[in-house]
Order: sequence, then C-alpha cells, then structure tokens
Amino acid sequence: MGDAYTPGLTVTRRTIVRKTRRLPMPGTVLRAVGDRVNAADVVARTSLPGKVHMLNLGTALGAMPDELAAKLVVQPGGALTKGTVIAESRSFFGLFRSRALSPIDGTLESVSAVTGQAVLREPPVPVEVKAYLDGTIVEILEGEGVVVETEAALVQGIFGLAGEVHAPLVMIATRPDQPLEAGDLTAAHAGMVVVGGARVSLAAMRRAMELGVAAIVAGGFAYQDVRELLGYDVGVAITGTEKLATTLVVTEGFGDIAMAKATFALLAGFAGRIASVCGATQIRAGVIRPEVVIPAEAGVAREVELEAGEGGLVVGAPVRCIRAPHFGKLGTISALPHALHTMPSETRVRVLEVDLGDERILVARANVEVIER
Amino acid sequence: MTIDPASIRSVLATDCGSTTTKAILIEKNAAGEYRLTGRGEAPTTVEAPVEDVTRGVLNAVREIQELRGRQFLSDGSAEYPHQDGQPAIIRPEEDGVGTDLYISTSSAGGGLQMMVAGVVKNMTTESATRAALGAGAIVMDALATNDGRLPHEKIERIRALRPDMILLAGGTDGGTRKHVVAIAELLRAAQPRPRLGQGFDLPVIYAGNVAVRADVEAILGGTVALQFVDNLRPTLEQEHLAPARDAIHDVFMEHVMAQAPGYAKLLTWTDVPIMPTPGAMGLIIQALAARDQVNVVGVDIGGATTDVFSVFDGIFNRTVSANLGMSYSVSNVLAEAGLPNIGRWVPFELDPADLRDRIGNKMIRPTTIPETLDELKIEQAISREALRLSFVQHKQFAVRLTGGQKASSIADAFAQGGSNTLVDLLKLDLLVGSGGVLSHAPRRAQSMLMMIDAFQVEGVTELAVDSIFMMPHLGVLSTIHPAAATEVFEKDCLVRLGTCVAPVGTAKHGPLLTVELDGAKHELRAGHLRLIPLASDQAVRAILTPAKGVDVGGGAGERVEKTLRGGTVGLVLDGRGRRPMTIPTERAARVAASAEWSAALDLYPA
Repeated sequence: MGDAYTPGLTVTRRTIVRKTRRLPMPGTVLRAVGDRVNAADVVARTSLPGKVHMLNLGTALGAMPDELAAKLVVQPGGALTKGTVIAESRSFFGLFRSRALSPIDGTLESVSAVTGQAVLREPPVPVEVKAYLDGTIVEILEGEGVVVETEAALVQGIFGLAGEVHAPLVMIATRPDQPLEAGDLTAAHAGMVVVGGARVSLAAMRRAMELGVAAIVAGGFAYQDVRELLGYDVGVAITGTEKLATTLVVTEGFGDIAMAKATFALLAGFAGRIASVCGATQIRAGVIRPEVVIPAEAGVAREVELEAGEGGLVVGAPVRCIRAPHFGKLGTISALPHALHTMPSETRVRVLEVDLGDERILVARANVEVIER
Repeated sequence: MTIDPASIRSVLATDCGSTTTKAILIEKNAAGEYRLTGRGEAPTTVEAPVEDVTRGVLNAVREIQELRGRQFLSDGSAEYPHQDGQPAIIRPEEDGVGTDLYISTSSAGGGLQMMVAGVVKNMTTESATRAALGAGAIVMDALATNDGRLPHEKIERIRALRPDMILLAGGTDGGTRKHVVAIAELLRAAQPRPRLGQGFDLPVIYAGNVAVRADVEAILGGTVALQFVDNLRPTLEQEHLAPARDAIHDVFMEHVMAQAPGYAKLLTWTDVPIMPTPGAMGLIIQALAARDQVNVVGVDIGGATTDVFSVFDGIFNRTVSANLGMSYSVSNVLAEAGLPNIGRWVPFELDPADLRDRIGNKMIRPTTIPETLDELKIEQAISREALRLSFVQHKQFAVRLTGGQKASSIADAFAQGGSNTLVDLLKLDLLVGSGGVLSHAPRRAQSMLMMIDAFQVEGVTELAVDSIFMMPHLGVLSTIHPAAATEVFEKDCLVRLGTCVAPVGTAKHGPLLTVELDGAKHELRAGHLRLIPLASDQAVRAILTPAKGVDVGGGAGERVEKTLRGGTVGLVLDGRGRRPMTIPTERAARVAASAEWSAALDLYPA
C-alpha cells in the first residue's frame, strides 16, 4: 500500500529542476549541451504553418473544377499578395472576364480538380521558445528543443492561471494567513512576483493587472472569482494560455486558506531573488503544476546534500490534508491501520493517522497528499 | 491463446479508470460456484509523476493481497521472480498462490478521443458518430458539410484538437463524390497531429463512398496512416457500423494504447486483449437486455466521463458524455448545469460561493472522497446533474434512422433533418447504475434516489446498481467464460434496489395514485415520496389506479396491474411530478422538501 498515494506538491529549498523546452513543430535548436542560459534566452525557433483560407475558384469563375488548371494565373506553390489575380476566365468571345482575387498575402497551396477549392495559406508564423530558467542545457532534442537544468528552490502550487514570467520576488504578506487585498499593491510592485498569504481577492488580481504585476502567489482564491476574471467557467483544470497581464499561482486551493507555513517561510527566505513563475496547470493527461522556481545563485556551492525522499505513504511522511473537514492541515503519518474505517459520511475506507503536533486525526488515505521535499 | 474455461479457478480483473484502478478477485469455491472474493483500489498512475499505468494495477492487486491474505504478485524470490525487475502477476494459480486468469479494461489516459467527419450532419456524420461511440470512443467533434461552420473554421478546429484518430465517412456507395473529397481536402489542409506519440502518423479510417477511395488516397495518402473499411452508410436506409467500429478498436489497441504510458507493458500482462471500459459495459448491458427480454438503460458515471447505454426494442445505443464526470470533469458539470440546478439537490443551506469552492477543489484534487456527511450530500447533488445531462445527450442520440424513407437526393438530405428518439421512459423496464458515486454510496437508497432524480423514471421501473463497480470486468470475462461472468453478475454484482412507481401528470384533487398491494391500499399524493418495504426476494402483485389524466404506464387514467419486484431499498412511490419534476424554488421550502424526501427513504443518518 506504500506506493498507492496521491502524488503531492513539491515544496523544497533545494532540488534539481529540469525543464523540457520544446517547439510545437519541428524547427531549429539554437543551443548546445553545456551552454549556460538565462531565462529570457531563445533556445529554439520554428515557424507555424500560416492560417488557411479556402476559396472556391470554380464558383468565382463560373468554371468546372477540372477546367481551372488552364485558367490559373498563379500556379500552386506560387506567392500571393492581397488583391493578386489567382485565376481568370474569359467568356462570350472574350468580352466578359471573371477574376478570382487573393484575399491574403501568402501562398497558393493547391487547387482541387474535383471540388474547385483553392487552399491559400498565410505566411508562416515564427515561434520561439525561451529557456524559462537560468541554468544549463543538459540535453538536446534534435529538431525539437532542449532540456534546461538548474539547482533551485521549487514551490509547486495546485492551481494557476496564465503563463511564464521571470521577475524578482517580493513579500507583501507578513503572515501566511494574511489575505491579499487591492490596497496592498502599489506601482512599486510592477514587474514583480508578489507573494501574499491567504486568499487573494478578485479586486487585488484586477489591481495587479492594472499595475503590471508579473505574478501573484497566494494560498487561496475563490473559484467564483476565476469565472469573474476570465469571463467563463474553467470546466477542466487545464490552464496556462489565459491572456492575463498577471500570472496567478495558488498554493493551497479554492477558498479562504492560509498558505502552508513551510511554503511561506521558504518564499520569504528568497525575497529579492529572481524567480521563474508559471501558472500553467493540467490535472490530467500529464499532470502539470503551477510553480515558482528560484535558481540557486551561480557560483554558490551546494549547501545541503540533496536527499531523495522515500516517497509514498509511510510512517513519518509529511502530508497535507486535502479535503474537509481537515482541509489544509499539515502533519506527519503516525500510523497506517489495515482495517477499513467508517467515516462520518458512512463511507468505509482505508485510513491513516496523521500527527498534527497537538492532536492526532484519522483521515481517508485518498484525502492526503504527500509533501514532496 | 486458447483458454479452457473449465480450468479456470481464479480470475484477477482490473479496470484502469481515469481516476482509480479497480481490481477484483473471482474464485471458484468448493461448491463449484464462481464468486467475488476480493477487491482493491488504487489511484490510476497513467499521469505524471509515475506515468506508468501498471503501477496503479500492481497497487490495486496488492490491496487484494493484503485484504484477502493470498499472494498474487511475485516477491523477487527464486520461486516467484520479478520480470524485468518489476513485480509480476503470478500465473497460473498453484497451491493458493497466483491466479489462473488476468484480464483488464481501461479508460485511462482519457480513453480513445476521436473526430468524425461526414457529409450530411444528420446522416453520415451521425452514423459515423454512432460507429465511434460504439467502439468506445469519445467524440471530440463531428464535422459535416452542412454543420454551419465555414471551411477555415473547420480547419482551425481540426488543428486545435489533438484526436487519437479520425473517422471519415460520407456518401452512399455510388453517391456523392465531390462533398467527400471536400472534407478530405479540409483534413489535408489542417495537417492534424495526434495527441500521443510525436513520431507517428495520425490514423484516419475512411468508411465512406467506396467509389471515392482513390481520391481520398490521392489527397491523404502519405500524410496520415490511412485505412479503408466498408461504407458505414452504404445506402440511406442502412447503417453498417461494424467494420468501422472494429477498425477503430483495432487501431486504438495498436496505436493509442501502445502510446499511453505503461500500456505496452500492460498489454503483455493480460491473457486477452484489453477492452475499452465502455465496450465491456456495453456487452453486459446487451446481454442483460437479451436474457431478460427487457428495455434497459445503463449508466457508468466516472471521474471524467459518463457513459449511457440503452437497449430499446433490441436496439443498442451508447453515448459518452466526455465532459461530465465526478472528478476531472466536475467543474464542467457546474458549467453546463449551472449552480442553481446543482443547488436544488443540496438538502441544506449552503452559500453558493462555498459550493463553487468545493467543486473547484474537487476538480483540482480529483482523487479525494467525501468524509463528512455534508460533502457526501454535495457530491450526490452534483452526480444528479451529471447523470441528468448525460441522459439528455443520450436521448438526443439514440434515434431511429429517418433519412432513408424521405431523401431521394443529397439536396433533399440537406433540407430535411431530425430523427426520433428510441428512449421512451414509460417503456423502460430496468435502470442499472454503475460508477463510483453510485456503487460506493454508503446507503443503497442514496443510489436509488440519485438515479430516480436524475433520470426521472416514469411509470413502473426497476432499478439496480453495480455493487462495487465490476460490470466492465465481467464484460471482458463474458468473452472468455460466459458462465462465470453470469454467475458472478447475478450473485455478487447486480444489486436490485427495488421498483419505482412514478405517475406522469397532475391530479386536480385527491391522490395522484392509489397502489393496492395484497389488499392494502397506499395513497400517493402530489409532492410526496413514499417507501414501502419489499425485499429483494419478494414480488407482489399490484393494482395501480392513477387519477384522471395521470399515466402510470397504461395510458392516461388507465389502471395497471403488474407484478412489482422488491429490492434492498424496496418500493418507492414518487409523487413529485414528471415532465417536469416539481422541486420548490424558494430556498427554505426546497430544503424542507428535501429533508422530507430524505426521511421518507432514510437516506442519511440523523
């Protein structure tokens, strides 16, 4: 049973963080193994195929599809500019002329002799992938991207919005249970990763976006406010592409929840340092956690021997309770009884005993997550 | 591999769901009966950080080991060595160690996600969708020439989705060529990329007009993994779905399953090919309907999807509501149903913002379970809406073909539309529920009322539930050892909850319905629920006398005489109304009504 657990969130002062930086389409990798990179450095580049437009030349010219080849002014593969004549036909002894004009700049990709459809493609869209972390290239994925590695502090959240930012960390809250309100933010926070304590209000998020705050990290956020912020319900927990001026990382969950003390203390210890933050979340089909990554300062020797945790539900493992009635409580596993236990809901489940320090509680095994250090 | 059913003494079966991997143990006892003797559960491990579905399988089997006190997994000893450095399931059974058979179903990794494309929305596209659903797929989108979207919108949509495969149909044999070619050209322009596996071509199955195969090959050959099968709509009057369904299943097993993390390994462990969970469920539902000659609706409500199956007049249909489920998709249920619809089923006062937070927290921590009574009630409220919406989608889809009689040309086909739903609740004999929230409800009455509320059964309907969620396992087993599957199904799987009598219509005065059982009369008044104890082994001859204008299955105002079967819950008389069910809208009245209904069925502890 030791391995059967809900994988948790990592909150650690020092670990090796590896990030795969991959292009959406095959392209060109610009770096080599061993290169030192900064977060903003471009590591790979490609072009996405341009947007497709369809134009029925047969309809435009009043011609049969199999007659179009003879009427083309631009051949398949040829360049187009907006307003270019793609094809023309003359009728009634040449007196009447019909023309099909290109609506776009781009390329004429193909013309179907069966349907008369012409496929017009806009120019390719350049796409670049940045390193995201200050670190070292440790692997090249030929034609696809790189793997960047760094030694860093890592704080994983449970839910986030918007994408990657890279900015200095500043603590606003002085206690992990302190809510973050709009009035706590000033122009001085523009371009910064702001750390709150408990719930960040909707007004604070909006103020942050007005001020140009790079990211907010907080213990909680109201699920209703996600809808208010985005204008729609997040139906499935896959985020990261929202067009928000401020990235959000929620460390504990939805509601008025204080940030875990260890998380708060860790972030406070790195105030002033540059952090790479990403709000992308994916709860399934390849779990992605929103995160705050603070690379170790270059040249500083390892202070702490990196220990691999035992992992799993074992006595002594640190856990977080992730469901009512003990949501948010942190403790260590003190016992793993075999027998099924009847909960107040009358469900009979396997439980474990969690030592909270001042009391011991029984919690369903499914309702804890191991805190990975 | 030929398996001799007579030699099977034990069966380990797993189902790898989106959230949980469930294992069951079936053993032949001294009396020669096959019975369920153990079950285990563990989180499915197809996602990061584990990314190997076999770990979850081993964890679930380990649970059975611990609880049953029998060894099934190798321990690395000389006698039971590991395979490739990993624990293995020991086969065959010897001296009480190991199992004779290991089988599995799966819907993990999101299941099979497909796009379909046809020419006419209500004809070939609809048939293609049925073929895909029947193969166990989730249909992400269904394109048609007349679906209202412009060509570039269709192309953007194809590019945005990352299907595991595409089913392309269109044209009766000898029919339209141009429209089918147009769809193929769109596909080529979109350059679709598969969800899993960077290096392999997207499988595309063409099941349309056979005369267009050469054109399709010219357009798509070389850029996708193209395969041809018989036309799934060879004439407007006929559907011929089996070849397309079989091809989808084969491609799924070969490509998709092989790419999903750990599946290539799991495929080497099982004694027969892994079946998609909905496929296995469908087998059991069809077998049940055929054996008892009844109209059946079955539902499997999972973490990510809710599958609904129906057999009406011998015609089987299946739909997957890919966006409705109790964990990963729980916020979609909120988005689609709306907070008021969920809130109406919560039998206590609850701040709407609090309800939203709880739903959001379940979405981001999907493997948690309700520990408190309030949390249980909230989950069961959500499940009612997930089931209701899934059933609405199913009713829209389980239709009779109507195109054949009316259309003489494609122009006619474009002009007309619509089909008739096969689902007639007054003709429904049996409703079977499966899936965690139904199978694991602490009291069976909770499962019964969730289904009654969600499906709003009408007339006289029996209800049953899958005892611990094992119907998919038995579906696979039925392909190897039908007798064992049937025995376990009857004795351990299907829990008959009882019968619901729900009159349709309103009475101007007096009771909605009078039920006479063994000479005793019971009145049902509007707005009330009543429970009459009637055990599983009991059946009673009933005379149902509805009020004028009220239908209980025999027509408006018509008396019905019927044998009613009991169950673990009993006989439920539901006077809350149908079409629609009347639930008070004012909060205090709603909470009071909920409390009364809960008390009537002894739903929750005091």
